[in-house]
Amino acid sequence: MFGKLTIEAFKHEASQNVAVCMMLLSGIGIIGIIFYTKSWKWLWNDWFTSVDPKRIGVMYIITALLMFFKGFADAVMMRLQQALSVGDSHGFISAGHFQEVFSAHGTTMIFFVGMGVVFGLLNLIVPLQIGARDVAFPFLNALGFWLFASACVLSLVSLAVGKFSQAGWLAYPPLSGIEYSPDEGVDYWIWMVQIAGVGSTMSGINFLVTILKMRCPGMTLMKMPIFVWSALCAMVLVIFAFPILTATLYMLTLDRYLGMHFFSAGEGGNPMLYVNLIWAWGHPEVYILILPAFGIFSEVVPTFSEKRLFGYVSMVWALILITFLSFVVWLHHFFTMGAGPNVNAFFGVMTMLIAIPTGVKIFNWLFTKFRGRVHFTSPMLWFFAFVLNFSVGGMTGILLSSPPVDYQVHNSLFLIAHFHGMVIGGMLFGFFSGFTYWFPKITGFFLSETLNRYAFWFWFTGFLLAFMPLYMLGFMGATRRLDHYEASTGWNSIFVVVGIGAAIILCGISVQAYGLFKSIKDRKKNLDITGDPWNGRTLEWSIPSPPPIYNFAITPTVDQLDPLWAIKRGQAPQPQKDYEDIHLPKNTPMGLYIGVLSLIVGFAMTWHILWLAIVCFIAIITCLIIRLSGEDEHDVITAAQVKEMEAASIRRREVV
Amino acid sequence: MKNRIQFVPLMLIFAGIIVIIVLIMQPISVHIFRNNIAVLFPKGIIALQERNLLFIIQALMLLVIIPVYILTFIFSWKYRVNNPKAKYDPDLVDNRLAEYIWWGLPCILTLIVGAITWVETYRLDPLKPIESDKKPMTIQVVALQWKWLFIYPEEKIASLNFVQFPKQIPIHFEITADAPMNSFWIPHLAGQIYAMPKMRTELNLIADVEGDFRGSSANLSGEGFAGMHFIARASSEEDYHHWSESAKKSTKVLSMEEYNKLAAPSENNPAEIYQLKDEQLFNQIIMKYMHPKEK
Repeated sequence: MFGKLTIEAFKHEASQNVAVCMMLLSGIGIIGIIFYTKSWKWLWNDWFTSVDPKRIGVMYIITALLMFFKGFADAVMMRLQQALSVGDSHGFISAGHFQEVFSAHGTTMIFFVGMGVVFGLLNLIVPLQIGARDVAFPFLNALGFWLFASACVLSLVSLAVGKFSQAGWLAYPPLSGIEYSPDEGVDYWIWMVQIAGVGSTMSGINFLVTILKMRCPGMTLMKMPIFVWSALCAMVLVIFAFPILTATLYMLTLDRYLGMHFFSAGEGGNPMLYVNLIWAWGHPEVYILILPAFGIFSEVVPTFSEKRLFGYVSMVWALILITFLSFVVWLHHFFTMGAGPNVNAFFGVMTMLIAIPTGVKIFNWLFTKFRGRVHFTSPMLWFFAFVLNFSVGGMTGILLSSPPVDYQVHNSLFLIAHFHGMVIGGMLFGFFSGFTYWFPKITGFFLSETLNRYAFWFWFTGFLLAFMPLYMLGFMGATRRLDHYEASTGWNSIFVVVGIGAAIILCGISVQAYGLFKSIKDRKKNLDITGDPWNGRTLEWSIPSPPPIYNFAITPTVDQLDPLWAIKRGQAPQPQKDYEDIHLPKNTPMGLYIGVLSLIVGFAMTWHILWLAIVCFIAIITCLIIRLSGEDEHDVITAAQVKEMEAASIRRREVV
Repeated sequence: MKNRIQFVPLMLIFAGIIVIIVLIMQPISVHIFRNNIAVLFPKGIIALQERNLLFIIQALMLLVIIPVYILTFIFSWKYRVNNPKAKYDPDLVDNRLAEYIWWGLPCILTLIVGAITWVETYRLDPLKPIESDKKPMTIQVVALQWKWLFIYPEEKIASLNFVQFPKQIPIHFEITADAPMNSFWIPHLAGQIYAMPKMRTELNLIADVEGDFRGSSANLSGEGFAGMHFIARASSEEDYHHWSESAKKSTKVLSMEEYNKLAAPSENNPAEIYQLKDEQLFNQIIMKYMHPKEK
């Protein structure tokens, strides 16, 4: 009846029990607040069943931020353990639990935080920047989000019921095979990544088609904002890379559930095949995360320099080149697997080539500031820190891409320092920058600038303290994922410094959380009434903040880059106010239903509750059939209503 | 954007101080920890060459990084919004020469680094025997759950979590695993290479000086992974012979039967020495994975 699920699954170590209690309490708290404020109906109608990309984007980002707290808590636990667990002391968590923690940290940060903020920003900004009222496949988009959300929930469930994978965030076999990991941890990992991965593929298809087919009249590819270009390139990567992940995970599933031998060490299997396949997805994946950050900076830097972007064409070609190269470098993740010098040298040099377009981008951003008027608002502070960190990360990346050097630093904390420099210094700082930049556009009010700056300085110093010493630890022979080490290694004092760095980052995060809370509380005082607070250049700033449900009352027409800038400088005419009927897709709960059912399928498969999995799978198919055979339903907003809403928004502006 | 006071000079100075502190900390920490920084103070010719390559590439990369840092600070300073002296030219969005320069320079630099890497990858191929007038010595390595077994087929001895060899003689490691994937790494002497079940990888190195060097597994292999470190002792030839003679007299005998007991998962095993009964043991461990398991 319950498969492998027994009462044992609910027994944990003390530290985990604390985490489970905290999670349950906050869950109950949130549900309590919703009941208290009687907002279920509002949530259901305006959010859960919505297919509006603006709503879905906000939900993506809220989910990703919640997961970020969880992933960061994992990080703090690891650093605390490593600062304590030296010589005779064995720290406060067991080796097995420590391995669960770092596996969960990596999975959470990449799949749930990284992908969440990328798709969140894409949902919010891409339609606005291309002058579209909607995305190409609104239901597919909503479904992608709900699959992502259900994968997040499955990872939280694994905290309370049973255990997480102990095989690292990429679960290399044979360790992740049934022989060495017989319990449910790897199964949890497989299903949550599988569900999130399918969701990502769907969102990828949706945004690729949206960008290619739904641009407003006149916006040719070479007149798209760079953020849209970066999104386009990232989506191409999603569409090519995620099917590899899905197929690889299915093969691992077959190995574990049906005793097949794709990746087992003996009986004809080959674990090296898995390593190749997972990185054929994994390397493009890191570019899926970083390209949108490049796009964000390409919007932020010109806006706050009161200039247009330097070298637009170069920037586009650099993006395309990075997109292409990211598919031919995956082998650099395992130079140490014993491939001959022919293979290693080729992939080493290919990897170095990526430095060229990336370097070009950095110079173009810097020269965007040249002869500009640079406003040092917090988005620009993040850019400032990005350049400093990212160039160091790039330099160490080149070191890692040279096979003989890689032999000495691979799998050490040097590698950890490198990719955290790229992911935090690149993607996360980019996201913070974009978050602050577009926050007034989406919500209609500002984030607290003062608190943002405090948070920035905490992050900047904390980041340097938490990750620069790791380069040194790597040179000292410290490998990653160690839950304990001998005192004679001399690592302990550095691990303590690194732990202090993590604590400073925690201060930064707390300030950010407080800033967000305070801004929401005082939103009436910080309203963005103009809709264009930063003197923007692109279409999203030509409409009120927050945007009306239909985004653009009049579909804009564009004949050059930076269309809003052109209008402001009198180089392009003001748009005519001829309103028309607007058709928008109706809300549907099917995405939510399928998300919940997928969550149950994942849980049931993890615990081998086959009947439940089959029932829910059939239900998913039924939901899809119902949805796909229905009429394509639309809400119509008539021209008169549009006129009324636009007039109201202008009146509101004048009143304030 | 009004009413926001600009603290640009203050901010740049503060950031500059942080960056300088980070820069100064590097040589200081290198000095403080010099005895433990295996990669930067190697004790073997292979690790030394790998370190030198690291320095060369690092130096070349600094040619880009330093200008980027300088430009970041200068442009932030000079073009701050309330600097009345700075020129403002919002339509300066293209400059062919400038773009040629920063497409071209990274290209040339990458070409140089790439060429060096290409040559060095062949030269430092871990499979390549080291040229030496002395006869190389073969040591076979098996990664187990969670310990390292070293087999000396020529001497007919074996050891656990401890490996000794004479200095200044090329050592040829043959590496496999009877466990999940591991990575065999003695940072003082040479870079790492994976130890995988069914596969045989190789690593060649020489220890230039005597000493005890820490070796470990660099790849996650399960619960006891953190305890998978061992001592690699490079000694004089005399000491080595002394040690191998004592191993030959060891009361513990490593046969296939004994090996199977040893291969069962265990953590933090102390160092051991064995007589080796069967010099084909290493090949048998690999062959185990080559044919289907008997049901």
